[in-house]
Amino acid sequence: MKIAVCVKHVPEGSARIDPGSKRLDRSGEGALNRFDANAVEEALRLKGESETEVVVVSMGPEKAADSLRKALAMGADRAVLVSDDAAAGSDLVATSRVLAAALEREGADLVLFGQQASDGDGAVLWAAVAERLRRPVVSQAAALSLEGAGVHVKRQTEFGYDVIEAPLPAVVAVSDAINEPRYPSLKGIMGAKKKPQEVLTLAELGVDAAQAGEAGSQTTVLGLASPPARGGSQKIEDDGNAAQAIVDFLAEKRLL
Amino acid sequence: MKTLVFVEHHGSELQKGSLGVLAKAASLDGDVAAVLVGGGVTALTAEAGSYGAATVHVADDDSLEPPLPQPRVDVLAKVVRDGGYDTVLFANSVLAADVASGLAARLDAGINWDLADLVVQDGALVGKRPALGDSVYADVGWKSEPRIALFRAGSFDAAPTGGDAPQVEAVALELEPYSTEAKVVGQELEESTGPSIEDADVIVAGGRGLGAPEGFALAEELARALGGAVGATRAVVDAGWYPYAAQIGQTGKTVSPKLYVALGISGAIQHKVGMQSSSTIVAINKDPNAPIFEFSDLGVVGDLHEIVPKLTELVNQQRNS
Amino acid sequence: MATRASDFPPPFAAKDYIAEPTDPVDERIEVGVLVVGAGPAGLACAIRLGQLLADDPATAERLGDVPVAIVEKGKQPGSHLLSGAVVNPIGLKRLFGERYRADEFPSYGAVHGEAVYVLSRRGAVRIPPPPTMRNHGNYVFSLSRLGRWLAEHAEEGGAMILPETAAEKLLVSHGRVAGIRTGDKGRDRDGKEMGNFEPGADLVARVTVLAEGTQGHLTGVAIDRFGLAGAQPQIWELGVKEVWKVEKPLRDVIHTMGWPLRKAAKYREFGGSFLYPMGDDMLTIGMVVGLDYRDAELSAHDLLQELKTHPKIRKLLAGGERVAWGAKTIPGGGWNSLPTRLYAPGLLLCGDGLGLVNIPRLKGVHYAIESGRLAAESAYAALRPGGTPGTSLAAYDAAVREGFIGRDLHEVRDMRQVFGRGFVVGGALASAMTVSKGKVSVGKLAAEPDADAPLLQSGRAAAYPAPDGTLTFDKLSSVFASGNKTRDDQPNHIRIAQRVPAQVAEMWAHLCPAQVYEVGEDNGDGTVTVQLAPSNCVQCGAITAKGGRLTPPEGGSGPEYTLT
Repeated sequence: MKIAVCVKHVPEGSARIDPGSKRLDRSGEGALNRFDANAVEEALRLKGESETEVVVVSMGPEKAADSLRKALAMGADRAVLVSDDAAAGSDLVATSRVLAAALEREGADLVLFGQQASDGDGAVLWAAVAERLRRPVVSQAAALSLEGAGVHVKRQTEFGYDVIEAPLPAVVAVSDAINEPRYPSLKGIMGAKKKPQEVLTLAELGVDAAQAGEAGSQTTVLGLASPPARGGSQKIEDDGNAAQAIVDFLAEKRLL
Repeated sequence: MKTLVFVEHHGSELQKGSLGVLAKAASLDGDVAAVLVGGGVTALTAEAGSYGAATVHVADDDSLEPPLPQPRVDVLAKVVRDGGYDTVLFANSVLAADVASGLAARLDAGINWDLADLVVQDGALVGKRPALGDSVYADVGWKSEPRIALFRAGSFDAAPTGGDAPQVEAVALELEPYSTEAKVVGQELEESTGPSIEDADVIVAGGRGLGAPEGFALAEELARALGGAVGATRAVVDAGWYPYAAQIGQTGKTVSPKLYVALGISGAIQHKVGMQSSSTIVAINKDPNAPIFEFSDLGVVGDLHEIVPKLTELVNQQRNS
Repeated sequence: MATRASDFPPPFAAKDYIAEPTDPVDERIEVGVLVVGAGPAGLACAIRLGQLLADDPATAERLGDVPVAIVEKGKQPGSHLLSGAVVNPIGLKRLFGERYRADEFPSYGAVHGEAVYVLSRRGAVRIPPPPTMRNHGNYVFSLSRLGRWLAEHAEEGGAMILPETAAEKLLVSHGRVAGIRTGDKGRDRDGKEMGNFEPGADLVARVTVLAEGTQGHLTGVAIDRFGLAGAQPQIWELGVKEVWKVEKPLRDVIHTMGWPLRKAAKYREFGGSFLYPMGDDMLTIGMVVGLDYRDAELSAHDLLQELKTHPKIRKLLAGGERVAWGAKTIPGGGWNSLPTRLYAPGLLLCGDGLGLVNIPRLKGVHYAIESGRLAAESAYAALRPGGTPGTSLAAYDAAVREGFIGRDLHEVRDMRQVFGRGFVVGGALASAMTVSKGKVSVGKLAAEPDADAPLLQSGRAAAYPAPDGTLTFDKLSSVFASGNKTRDDQPNHIRIAQRVPAQVAEMWAHLCPAQVYEVGEDNGDGTVTVQLAPSNCVQCGAITAKGGRLTPPEGGSGPEYTLT
């Protein structure tokens, strides 16, 4: 059985912003997106001691190999990186196209995604990829198991849990509540270098450069602006009536 | 502009978030339609109309009752193509996010998500997307049509228009084979032990100003009155006053509820980055120079041990009236 | 009787950090040469070894699958590196030979001009740079950035870098250093194993090189275990610095003395500040204070904030914004505090861990690099066929002492100590020493450990500037600006007496630039309880100098410096 895990290399600085400078610090090297670590962990748990192959797949710059190596250090067997200048600046439409091509090439039985932070790129990518693969997708998996020829998922929604089954091949996006990713052992870190790591260009993947990158994207970022002012902030001193003042404030904002 | 809004429902209730997006759509130029997908949803079409949809496309079938995204992608793709919609709007939810993304891939349509607003700038539709901990807004656009937008939950308020009954159009089901492979085999509805921190619309958080672990009783009662969850700062979690699962901040959880009430919290940056995108922040602290007052919407300088019990009582009264 | 922090020693015993290898033999990880610390010394060692092994594949093969491994406790090389820094390129030149010109190293450019000022609260008197502070021919670097660059070269040369890995124990077997035991990961704050618990491992090596930097954990343990302590106790300075984006480029390298430090001998406030240009749009500003100070209310963090309010400094920062902050101790004992031997069986010691810093010149990076290079040569000599480990390692000691490192340190050997006599007297003596190239000496002054400093209370804390969030900042904002996002739920890595007189607790609270210590409850018996927030720790090492003991937390914890 083969499990493919889609992972992203995110600049370290994206998790660290000085609210004063508002600048993304990209001088660090970057790391495996922490939500993708949940997906890698889940794949490794499903693999257990079996012969199942766990492949990590990513699209990104050459530096992304570092994150792939971290997944290999955790225990994944093989890594595939699609790295091509023409793919830079891909939006969801373009990224899902490239990833789907890489995943089709792998022919995995199960494709896992992590629950990307909503202010990161690549969030909601799984549904787009599943659509291109023409396979069932289940997201927000808080628990996942393989039953027969399918997956059994406990899906977390705003209202509770739905229990969903889908036949393989399937795409599942795991929530960060599903597990606690393991620390790679020293042996794992040292062994990672020896595991197979492929780097593919778009051409090698059979994807037309015009379908990827900015050329293949349907959205653009136009610029940065200041957020709307928070509105006048008020500060009052308690003269015995603070509680009422708060209630009035909340009522006015229709929060009660 | 011809805008289609995905209106979500749970049971027989239309979801407020998507009604808000419908109101937003109605405020833009052009035609506005809603699409409802589910089992027995025909009964909800009039209501959808009353919140701003001139037309409601309905796909009503028992097989569509489970909240699964892929059949909805099929329905919306057909409605968009047949109806020539150039803009499709969604309010974020677990279901809507998957539908919007699947639809984007189906139609090869640009999707901008996590938007807080949508405006027309220089004749083009521009989305406003908070970034970098909400400290900046990125202007995002679309290069082609249809344009798909997924808004942050609660971005807009619903606005009943009291207009005429909408035109209702039934959608013929044409589902892809892979769309029906996933099946819901069971459901567990959450008991009302209160929302989790991540999902809560209201969070009451306590810091060192609570004075002692017992101070959290005040926070819990207020949270109960407001229907919210309880959070805590790193300092009090370190001191063992409250569990780590409730820690909000740089090394804890990041939250963005509609209302964040900070009790006895100074507002150090490590805490701030975990809650600064809350829509409304009310802070109570006896130190007038506490940094939290620099980014709260209502700051109250006073003794929380006196204010909070009274506040809880007043809120309960309000709720019961 | 004055209170001294050293009367309340921490619960720490070096022997607790020494062990025999315990993993089953086939589970132990074996490498050829193990370097602890991916700083300039460790990386230079790995780079030089890579060069030597490239020309000697037979020896490389004998060293196994991993001839050279570097363990680094930070997230990546550079995460825990911080310095001024104006660097003498000689170390890099000797390491890379013809491969790079001095201006091709990743610096922010050569030093153009320099200025030295003696500051008062509102004034600044320019004085000619003392001979020790002339920087012609030197370059401004970010040590963190240099570390990342050196790490790339180390890896190119075949070294395997293992980040997020703490060296917790020294493996000693039959009186010989056999390697290290790495720290556990995944314990909660009570020490219990969590779901993703990963135990440390025995990493054994033929030669272990400790390049841990200031207050090196295993370096201290090794010095104790092998009886290597020098004639004089080591003393430290605490450096706190910020990196600013600025509107107007700074042209000169600037050093200041005087305000906000106080001249009177009773305070023993040695130190000064620096401002170095970092290209056209950034500069770094820092404050260095000797940790033998007496005032319990002295806070290096707040003195830096105060410094920025000086009209001359404020002007340089006008319109700018702070983009980074950090802190680190600098060993100040120099020649007199060097260990008696720089090696032990199976072990070599390098860099700041040894105290290879020239305080009057505020330079140590080139010594770290050179000592790493020399360590590589000794390790290689010990490991090639026919090599004699005993004499090869001893040759390292001679090479350091007899080469330019030893010559420089010997020349300035008493300069730091004389400042114990106060700024004016110290300054005069220091000048006399420099001019005479070290021939004028005041004999071995008894240096006392920093923690022995008798404490006094000056009331100066009331005058520290209230943070305004634009020019001046509070400690927690600074910790944030260091990139520190340490996992909270892990064991406390700081060893410290928990019940101490209030004055000692206050001293620690002011001392720590990261607000780890707070004065807690009064115990009613003349002591208070010290409250700790260990996840704030940026591992500067100040606490070890002043009565506590820093040990490495879980690998990957601590600051994530990039520009310091």
